[in-house]
Amino acid sequence: MKKQILIFLLTMLPAAVFAEGHVHLEHAPIDTSDMDSVKRGAKHFVDYCFSCHSAKYMRFNRIGRDTGMSDAELRKDLIFTTNAKGEPTKLGELMTVSMTPDYAKQAFGTVAPDLTLEARARGVDWVYTYLKSFYADPNRPTGMNNTVFPDVAMPDVLASLQGVQKAVYKTEERQGMKIELIDHLELEQPGSMTEEEYDAFVSDLVNFMNYLSEPVQNERKSLGWKVLLYLAIFFVFAYLLKKEYWKDVH
Amino acid sequence: MGKLIGWIDDRFPLMKMWNEHLAEYYAPKNFNFWYYFGSLALMVLVIQIVSGIFLAMHYKPDADLAFASVEYIMRDVPWGWLIRYIHSTGATAFFIVVYMHMLRGLMYGSYKKPRELIWLFGMFIYLCLMAEAFMGYLLPWGQMSYWGAQVIISLFGAIPVVGDDLTLWIRGDFVISDATLNRFFALHVVALPLVLIFLVVAHILALHEVGSNNPDGVEIKKNKDPVTHIPLDGIPFHPYYTVKDIVGVVVFLFVFCTVMFYFPDGGGYFLEHANFVPSDPLKTPVHIAPVWYFTPFYAILRAVPDKLAGVGAMGAAIVLLFFMPWIDRCKVKSIRYRSSIYKVNLAVFAISFVVLGWLAMQPVTSTITMLSRVFSCLYFGFFIVLFITSKNEVTKPVPDRVTE
Repeated sequence: MKKQILIFLLTMLPAAVFAEGHVHLEHAPIDTSDMDSVKRGAKHFVDYCFSCHSAKYMRFNRIGRDTGMSDAELRKDLIFTTNAKGEPTKLGELMTVSMTPDYAKQAFGTVAPDLTLEARARGVDWVYTYLKSFYADPNRPTGMNNTVFPDVAMPDVLASLQGVQKAVYKTEERQGMKIELIDHLELEQPGSMTEEEYDAFVSDLVNFMNYLSEPVQNERKSLGWKVLLYLAIFFVFAYLLKKEYWKDVH
Repeated sequence: MGKLIGWIDDRFPLMKMWNEHLAEYYAPKNFNFWYYFGSLALMVLVIQIVSGIFLAMHYKPDADLAFASVEYIMRDVPWGWLIRYIHSTGATAFFIVVYMHMLRGLMYGSYKKPRELIWLFGMFIYLCLMAEAFMGYLLPWGQMSYWGAQVIISLFGAIPVVGDDLTLWIRGDFVISDATLNRFFALHVVALPLVLIFLVVAHILALHEVGSNNPDGVEIKKNKDPVTHIPLDGIPFHPYYTVKDIVGVVVFLFVFCTVMFYFPDGGGYFLEHANFVPSDPLKTPVHIAPVWYFTPFYAILRAVPDKLAGVGAMGAAIVLLFFMPWIDRCKVKSIRYRSSIYKVNLAVFAISFVVLGWLAMQPVTSTITMLSRVFSCLYFGFFIVLFITSKNEVTKPVPDRVTE
């Protein structure tokens, strides 16, 4: 019986694998406990993403508290905005975006999505690969396209760092028809960073976005094993108690 | 202490209740692994109620604020993240525990005379729990909350004549909206928990009236000590099963905490990825699947080409379980002494249930649909085969006393 179940499950496996499909995602090389990397990522986020994208469920000083940035550092590196009265944004404020929805619609045709939970909604590998997959495409209004997110409205804001990539095509035959597919991307015009530097830049950024999506994750993991240890010890006593009481049964 | 209890006892049946339900409730001494899940279900209910109370203190049942208030709980409320994960992991744990508890009932014939009402109360608990979970899942107001509810509510639209009015009545609006969110909140935190607690009390009272079944399916009340009138195979629930259930609770909590602290999303099955995107009535997610505990029934729905027939089949899949005490006509309770036909039949049923659950999470392809049909037939086949074969089933002799 067990064998039959196993065989059955194994024959189902290809169906599960096939259902995945889509673009191959690169593994994001991030270390969630590396708070220096998160800190660098936060700066990159504010410099390159935060003009258009909000992170409106997060507070500035929460980043400070978790990464060890002082209030002065927060002001120097992360907070460049003011409120409607012209006063500098408060440390405990939510990271809302200064771009108005109307302006965003005029500029991009859509409002840039909030990024607080992006890494949780799409996964870190997706974000990592996405940020490395822009390529020149003259048919798009921004002149750029993306293999992970085809026809994305977002311009390639990191092109000055990464450089501009071009798509290299291959021809494949599917069901008797020849179709052109993107095989890989090639750097056409170098940016200010080498490939390694850019990868490190993106992984810091993704590390921050992963932190941003669940700021408590390190605390959660470090509390977890203490609770489990307590339960393991409690189990010994609970088991001995049960054994003691049940001696006279049977 | 004794004086205080005496004072209370003159005014309230405290010791009487304590004795009736714990200290002098005699349970069979041969309970095995499967008998942990009843007390665990009760504990998970308490966990859900307590964590739910704290969530309700911070949650905002308002279409404009709901999503943000959940993130507020995750970020700004002290220990809010823990409370939220307890509650979300608890929902999954509740169904796992209840499914194991129900399978136990099927294996040892715990629904049979004189325990038909226990089974019926239990089935109503299950139904109530599904409604509770469904309404709770709308509250985070993410994409999957919204579209999952959209799909499930639209099922009522398949009912002839009254369908459209019914969906309108459930939603309180032409689409899922603030009105729907608000009423689901009211039902989720007040109405359904009250019904649930009432049903659980009825379930336990009915159980304690007739006494517990056991893995041998032997009625322990048939063999009582002539002097004390205590069942010979019975032991007082307290302290024996209280100390035993504590062991079960600790093991359960170990698994529960492992999931909660290290896999709170459950790989996208407990907290679905799309639910981290705020609900958007204009953007339908590519792939809508209900949360895992509803998927077996969803697979049956998808397997039937006609919508009304599909809804009917899905309903029948649940309703048939209510009639188990009358579908199964075999006098022998425990699987231990029943025919191999029954053993195979039940195994196929349990496997079909799991496989259907998996199938519903896959995007629709012709293979998936075909498999869904096969396993739906196997699911319903269980009841048919059982009804036909149970009347004159060849069983093994049942012992007079429990065997362990």
